[in-house]
Amino acid sequence: MGVDRDAALGLTFPRYERVVERGELQAFAAAIGETDPMYHDPQAAVAAGHPDLPVPPTYFFSLELLAPRPFGYLDDLGIDIGSILHGSQQFTYHDLAHAGDRLVITSRLVDVFEKSAGALTFMVKESAFHRDEQLVATTGATVIVRRQPVPA
Amino acid sequence: MTTVDGLELTLGTELPALELPPISRGTLALFAGASHDHNPVHIDLDVARAAGFDDVFAHGMLSMAYLGRLLTGWAPQDRLMSWTARFVAITPVHGAPTCRGRVIQVGDGVARVDLSVQLADGTTTMTGEAVIAL
Repeated sequence: MGVDRDAALGLTFPRYERVVERGELQAFAAAIGETDPMYHDPQAAVAAGHPDLPVPPTYFFSLELLAPRPFGYLDDLGIDIGSILHGSQQFTYHDLAHAGDRLVITSRLVDVFEKSAGALTFMVKESAFHRDEQLVATTGATVIVRRQPVPA
Repeated sequence: MTTVDGLELTLGTELPALELPPISRGTLALFAGASHDHNPVHIDLDVARAAGFDDVFAHGMLSMAYLGRLLTGWAPQDRLMSWTARFVAITPVHGAPTCRGRVIQVGDGVARVDLSVQLADGTTTMTGEAVIAL
């Protein structure tokens, strides 16, 4: 098979800690054309009952990308980053996170399976986001590894 | 019809569609920086062509972020319990996505919302489902 399943499931990802910054949330809100002032303006966020700008639903995926070597696990498994596709993405929330929160991110590969007679390998990467000891959110990314490079 | 905090919830309720303008190269550059997804295939034409594409194309997570706007524009964000999206087709640069949602189940304290993103030519680029607390 194209991916060593045991090696993948045994990989350890470095724990990553980050304080969410207002400025990065404002840049993200601008880039996605967000029109709700609660995601841009701390005063509007406070007026809406938040301590600061809320972390929008998909930004947890972006926080994972801020970790050192976010795709290092592909290198470790000998997978060319050009051969992967993002198949699906999942988020589960337990509480809102806000600018100023210190989040601890822990990741692991939880599943590896093949389809199409081994032409495609699916890997599921899960990440948990804790603030202090409290679980705030989990993400699940299904990454598809293609045997062949992306065709024209 | 159930109304929770002004949210009208019944089977088949359509969320107000979110129609986006065509995605420019500038938007892709800004999103690459702001989302920390620096994969050059989305911002560098030379890299996209070398990978066999005619042109750069949008990040899948940009479409999911638009779906996030659809959801948080409809219900307070703290009502969103979980959701998933599948990347079905790429969104070419200049593609104009429209995000749609429809309530497909109400009960047990939650509403399930079917999600999709379509381009102007009818191509479905993303499908998904969200669970909203009532």
